Amino acid sequence: MKHDNSYTGQDFKVIGTRVKRPDGIDKVTGRARYGADASLPGQLVGRVLRSPHAHARIKAIDISKAEALPGVKAVVTADDMPVPEGLSGDLKHTLENSMARGRALYDGHAVAAVAAIDAKTARKALQLIEVDYEPLPHVTDVDAAMQPDAPVIHDWLYTSGVDPKPEKPSNVAQRTEFGLGDIDAGFAEADVVIERSYKTEATHQGYIEPHACLANIRPDGSGELWVTTQGPFVYRNVCAQLLGMDIAKLKVTSSEIGGGFGGKTHVWAEPVALALSRKANRPVKLVMTREEVFRASGPTSSTSMDIKLGATRDGKLVAARAEMRYGNGAFPGIWGMLSCMTSFACYEIANCKAIGYDVVQNRPKVAAYRAPSAPMAAFGVESAMDELAAAIGMDPVEFRLKNASKEGGQSHYGPVWGPIGIRATLEAVRDHPHMKAPLGPNQGRGMACGFWFNIGGQTCSDLNVGIDGTVTLTVGTVDVGGSRASLGLIAAEELGIPYEQVQVNIADTGSLGHNDMTEGSRGTFSSGMAAIFAARNTIEVLRERAAKMWGIPVEDVIWEAGQAKAKGSEHSNLPPLSLKDIAAKSPKTGGPIAGHNEVVADGAGVSFASHICDIEVDPETGATKVLRYTVVQDAGKAIHPDYVEGQFQGGAAQGIGWALNEEYIYGEDGRLQNPGFLDYRMPVCSDLPFIDTKILEIPNPGHPYGVRGVGETSIVPPLAAIGNALSNAVGVRMHHVPMSPPRILKALREDRRANRGPAKVA
Amino acid sequence: MSGVLVTTTINGDAVQFACPEEETLLDALRDRVGLLGVKEGCGTGDCGACSITLDGRLVCSCLVLAAEAEGREIGTVEGLVEGGKLHPLQESFISHAALQCGICTPGFLVAAKSLLDRNPDPTETEIRYALAGNLCRCTGYDKIVRAVQNAAKEMRTAKSA
Ligand code: FES
Ligand code: FES
Repeated sequence: MKHDNSYTGQDFKVIGTRVKRPDGIDKVTGRARYGADASLPGQLVGRVLRSPHAHARIKAIDISKAEALPGVKAVVTADDMPVPEGLSGDLKHTLENSMARGRALYDGHAVAAVAAIDAKTARKALQLIEVDYEPLPHVTDVDAAMQPDAPVIHDWLYTSGVDPKPEKPSNVAQRTEFGLGDIDAGFAEADVVIERSYKTEATHQGYIEPHACLANIRPDGSGELWVTTQGPFVYRNVCAQLLGMDIAKLKVTSSEIGGGFGGKTHVWAEPVALALSRKANRPVKLVMTREEVFRASGPTSSTSMDIKLGATRDGKLVAARAEMRYGNGAFPGIWGMLSCMTSFACYEIANCKAIGYDVVQNRPKVAAYRAPSAPMAAFGVESAMDELAAAIGMDPVEFRLKNASKEGGQSHYGPVWGPIGIRATLEAVRDHPHMKAPLGPNQGRGMACGFWFNIGGQTCSDLNVGIDGTVTLTVGTVDVGGSRASLGLIAAEELGIPYEQVQVNIADTGSLGHNDMTEGSRGTFSSGMAAIFAARNTIEVLRERAAKMWGIPVEDVIWEAGQAKAKGSEHSNLPPLSLKDIAAKSPKTGGPIAGHNEVVADGAGVSFASHICDIEVDPETGATKVLRYTVVQDAGKAIHPDYVEGQFQGGAAQGIGWALNEEYIYGEDGRLQNPGFLDYRMPVCSDLPFIDTKILEIPNPGHPYGVRGVGETSIVPPLAAIGNALSNAVGVRMHHVPMSPPRILKALREDRRANRGPAKVA
Repeated sequence: MSGVLVTTTINGDAVQFACPEEETLLDALRDRVGLLGVKEGCGTGDCGACSITLDGRLVCSCLVLAAEAEGREIGTVEGLVEGGKLHPLQESFISHAALQCGICTPGFLVAAKSLLDRNPDPTETEIRYALAGNLCRCTGYDKIVRAVQNAAKEMRTAKSA
């Protein structure tokens, strides 16, 4: 699709080209350094002892034997990580999540840690730590946790958002509600109503690189942390506060990051590594095992929800209600609230109400995972949408098109829509050849839509011009998947120079002002925006320098196609000056040439996607195979189309895994039964087809180039698209994700028993 | 403390290192030889990030004891560059955007090279099954498969030229 430049009014020279990423060579030769790839002289190996209980009082911890083991240099428990004065709320929970205080709240909760001269000694030391546990009643299921007789995990937790304020603590942290109109009146207007309940199991982000860091606290209390993170500045602020350090005295350097997807926005064992280093007075490297990653770092919510949709015979959605119960793990979060905000965003529904519950359980603290909370809500809503379309006899795409949100419309969660792409993605799906391709027996096609907000946030960038006219752009967002290339393109575009003349550098916390996390698809959006403004700021300096070189007023100098030009006939004898010319003279015209920008990048621009999926089901085994998959998404403007496509494909693949296989399985004892890649099965190469993509470009008026965040929306539609495809393939409607072979087989058997009656609840 | 002295060939160079008997080849390559391009994603043979070749056979180095490397030939991602030039697979991975975070890339490159050494003209299905032991969480494999197809084609053309 040709770029619509009606908002931005620009044609681009290098933006939109598929250049090579600058960090590619290091990453294909094994030279790129990730979290586990740094070392310091005299470093120790850190390891963590974790609770084998889902919930237990820690009566005593005896570390004396471990401390006495030769080669052990430090053992820490919560006693070594006191709560700094004034620490409260989420930060306090983060500290307690990194090291249990008095109670272990989930299987895998850290209770102690050691630093020793090598891994073998560290492992042995862990075995010598004696923890006296008193097991307590536990609850891992989100619905069970909401029951009045459920064990109450925190006696200080009272449900917020309800009136009157509850008299007793419970596991329900908060209730939130968003909506429009009057749903009772809306449902009264409806000719057809579909009401269904759904459940989804917790999944893990599944980044291939485990959490890893190298902590180094010096005797004077200052320190540094090398860590795989999506946000070195936030990690610095959080870790410094948890350890009672001055923020400026902790320098955090982000390593190359081996995948994060939201899971590396939260601090996990880093404070423990710092506490070990502080106590041992030596650098400590702490790398989680894969089992620890599963047991103790961020899964998503497990959910349970009731969705009710009503439409008139002519296909107008008139009412919708969702009640969504989201597990938060051991500490309260905002996941149910996010589900409310995303649930009905695709559609214009005059009367709707989304209610969310955030519920604590004896599971690891829930973390963000790509468009957090949206995929589950979309599974419910988009499955019900298909059933509703069928009930009124309308094509599912036409039904969605008829009700799609529009520019100027009121969203159910607050904002009035600007230019948005839901309609365009649906039209592209309707017209896509994939929709007309033939299907064989036991094969079915499904589609679904998805929405994500995207965020902007605090950003700061520097642009420095070298003496030879090459440019270094320094940013504070990390490169999770090719953003160096995109940001290099942006700087080159603004300055009017070749991409090859720009080098992009990721700053540590000592070299640049604060940058928020690389999350919410903000990396290229917000650092891109700061890069544009930093480049424009540099151009001002370049014009001044050119004016000085020529001895003419700066107002007479313009910047065009990478050159300073003197305008006006009186200057027609002055040949243009290139960036190189001006840079070469910079020592004599005022010193180094640089531009800066600090911005709170607002206006991230929401994004919508529609996916099409073909699936084949083996009716004998319940096994499934994704045959064909197409992603259509609005990118606003694709800076580097390869990496935009890559985000679409990667998100879709994660969604497919979630839909079909991935789940946290807890036993009766509240312990995680599958903390490894063998039993937590993510899609492998032979599980998937090529994933077709179609990038739409409906410019975001909130960005100078029209860019929208692109990283997250693609994980939202797959759960429902697959559920819908499955139902079209074999006539059973799945209400429980993952739609794994045993669950499909069970649904098929029940369906057969009912003599191919109406679709059954699985 | 007991240990072993291992004499082996790594990427064509004679290398000696000493390590405890129970140490994995993955740990030895990373911590003793300094080949940090060999990555650990799981330590249990399930992700392929630690893929190397041992006497030409593709293995997960996390499942091999370092002592087993005695007298054998090891190939890692660091050995793919020849004569200062990137291997066609490496070029192709960059030009096809087959990596996002890149943590899986060394393992994929070693596995893909091992496939193309055996089968210079694999079908898409053969590529997908040959790489099924390597997990990538970022890409959905689309661009990886295309990069391998492209490299295979280029290598065949170069050979017949
Ligand atoms: S680290 Fe060896 S297979 Fe994962
Ligand atoms: S590129 Fe990140 S795991 Fe493959």
